Amino acid sequence: MIPELGHFALILALVVALVQGVFPLVGAHRGYASWVALARPASRLQFLLLLVSFSCLTWSFLKSDFSVLYVAQNSNTRLPEIFKFSAVWGAHEGSLLLWALILSAWTAAVTLFGRSLSPLMMARVLGVLGLVATGFLAFLTFTSNPFERLVPAAAEGRDLNPLLQDIGLIMHPPMLYMGYVGFAIPFAFAIAAMLGGRLDAAWARWSRPWTQIAWVFLTLGIALGSWWAYYELGWGGWWFWDPVENASFMPWLAGTALMHSLAVTEKRGAFKAWTVLLAIFTFSLSLLGTFLVRSGVLTSVHAFASDPSRGLFILLFLAAVVGSSLALYAARASKVRSRVHFEPVSREAALLLNNVILVVTTVSILLGTLYPLIVDALGGGKISVGPPYFNAVFIPLTTPLVILLGAGTLARWKRDRFADIWAKVRLAFVASLVFGLAFPAVAMGGFSWRAALGMTLAFWVFFTTLKAVRDSARGRGIGGLSLSQWGMALGHLGVGVFIVGVTLTSIYSTEKDVRLEPGDTYELGGYLFHFKGTTHLKGPNYEGDRGEVVVTREGEVVATLYPEKRNYLSGMPMTEAGIDAGLTRDLFVALGEPLGDGAWAVRLYHKPFVRWIWLGALIMALGGVCSALDRRYRVLARRQREALAGGVA
Amino acid sequence: MKPRHKRLAFLMAGLVVLAAAAWLVFRALGDNLSYFFSPTEVVEGKAPHNHVFRLGGLVQPGSFRREDQGQEVVARFVVTDNHQSVEVRYAGILPDLFQEGQGVIAQGRMGPDGVFLADEVLAKHDETYMPPEVAEALEEGHRRGIAEMAKGGGK
Repeated sequence: MIPELGHFALILALVVALVQGVFPLVGAHRGYASWVALARPASRLQFLLLLVSFSCLTWSFLKSDFSVLYVAQNSNTRLPEIFKFSAVWGAHEGSLLLWALILSAWTAAVTLFGRSLSPLMMARVLGVLGLVATGFLAFLTFTSNPFERLVPAAAEGRDLNPLLQDIGLIMHPPMLYMGYVGFAIPFAFAIAAMLGGRLDAAWARWSRPWTQIAWVFLTLGIALGSWWAYYELGWGGWWFWDPVENASFMPWLAGTALMHSLAVTEKRGAFKAWTVLLAIFTFSLSLLGTFLVRSGVLTSVHAFASDPSRGLFILLFLAAVVGSSLALYAARASKVRSRVHFEPVSREAALLLNNVILVVTTVSILLGTLYPLIVDALGGGKISVGPPYFNAVFIPLTTPLVILLGAGTLARWKRDRFADIWAKVRLAFVASLVFGLAFPAVAMGGFSWRAALGMTLAFWVFFTTLKAVRDSARGRGIGGLSLSQWGMALGHLGVGVFIVGVTLTSIYSTEKDVRLEPGDTYELGGYLFHFKGTTHLKGPNYEGDRGEVVVTREGEVVATLYPEKRNYLSGMPMTEAGIDAGLTRDLFVALGEPLGDGAWAVRLYHKPFVRWIWLGALIMALGGVCSALDRRYRVLARRQREALAGGVA
Repeated sequence: MKPRHKRLAFLMAGLVVLAAAAWLVFRALGDNLSYFFSPTEVVEGKAPHNHVFRLGGLVQPGSFRREDQGQEVVARFVVTDNHQSVEVRYAGILPDLFQEGQGVIAQGRMGPDGVFLADEVLAKHDETYMPPEVAEALEEGHRRGIAEMAKGGGK
């Protein structure tokens, strides 16, 4: 009964989404006030229906209702409660339902926080979001119904993929989807503004906080995924340039470009047409990401069941969204040309270059990700593009971006001179060179040019950002900085921290796969690993072995690690690494396989500064939150509300 | 600066970035592409001798063994498409789902003695998944096997 209720709510939501997508848009075009007025209630009703639908699916999981096919495939009575809950989005159907729920939640949020938008603009924004929702709900209903019954019901479920039975994976998909779907909001704003023919600073000011919040979620989602891969896959790597990772990283890069270009559009009224194009590009990449993950066209660690009809549907949907948006853009963009002038040496020019580099980087990654598909489609054989390609392209392209970051934040709007900028950054330049060259030799105990380059870039970001903070604080004290300025400073500091992590981890990590018998030791990175042997392990839905490894440094015990090798009831083995985390280094031990006589193949890692990678992402995200909370967005909203109320009275 | 010069400056900057990116992309693609070959193709000499490639198929049952190398962990196994097979040597820990009789992809290059030296071994990621390349290679191997049997029968 409950699953049928959920299914019914899902179908109703599709109908409501269609109403929300068609009537307000037509009404706004033709001037039917009653049709325009439908937008807001329809959006809220759609959210409510999807909430009911999602709750029904969750209920089926918590009650282990194995007469529902999706539950039988992804849950088990012995699965701990928390994982029964997260299993709801553990596979294709449920994660799409979550996607749709989040989209409707974002839409409902627009109806709440966008009260000062003009009714026409609101109707168009909600209408566009309604059309996007219609596409996804049709996809769910017709190709991926999560409520499909299993007759006869299974006695026991197949269990959730053990890789997903983990706290990191409970949070990773919702965060990522919040980001992906969040970019639908600036997209809808851009389309609505083009339909209405008004692309002004107010439009940019509206889009900006939404974009920043979406970007924050995406940043956290990607960081969580990377952290999860690090400790759960047992490889000790934090980024694999896997197609699905790229699928989330491309919208992030494009979204970063969008945030920066929105800043120029809001402050200076420039780059309007470009910003609109970026908003379309970013959301299209989010859709492409969903397509790549869901269709199973690419071999990856995220191998969900592949079904060609699903892939085709999303591909057609993607083509429809991108095609219609670009057609609209082609028809309207010529009218929104900015008439604002700036010199080649200015903050605007720096941000333009930032955008060009970010977009070119995104396209290079896109090329590497899709290249195997294209070659295969043309009959050129099965090829794969390895991580070295991405590193060889990404690092040289982003290095100038980081240099630009330091100079750009100190440049003046409209017009500046190289000599003036140089005068501001001179000290930071010299200091970062000195610290960057000295750090690898002094702190890491071994000089390397690559490490020196990375650290110089990181120090350059730190020093120029501090200089920018000091300059803005001049005359009014550090407390006088706006939240938006703090946001920028934190965002950039986060980039610096991230660079430190990536540089030092990639260059100074040591790893070794060794055969260890109980009592054996192995020395790595100045640490001595003593293997004490393994004991039997029994969990709620798995059994296995647990190793004990005592790590010492100069005779002192640093940590005792307990790596595990689990065998789940579903028959799948899992490696749980033993990790001693630290600010300046992680010690990582994973059990490989038993070699007989109590001996094991053991993987040992010493990873300096690896935590800084995720710490950097956290700081960036915090910066995004600060910017989105800036006072001027709230003041703007209140003023427009008052103006509107006054106008009505 | 005159507007015309300004536009030219922006255009030049954009072109420089694009050219740099294109150069990087083509250089990196050339060095880092790896093609997929089945054991049959390798035995027929179609695989490159001095470039990285991927070898895929099934791990032949009964072929897995360990080299005795003290503390080093070295595995040897045979990859087959049920028509031809190639021996693989890999130093390191194999993925959790590596098993005899199951699909596997190894990346590496051919050694001088005809043994494939793998830098990386990928097994499927859950118990129902089979990499599409491997599935195709097995089908091809199966087809060839039948064709040869038919030819043998005709003699």
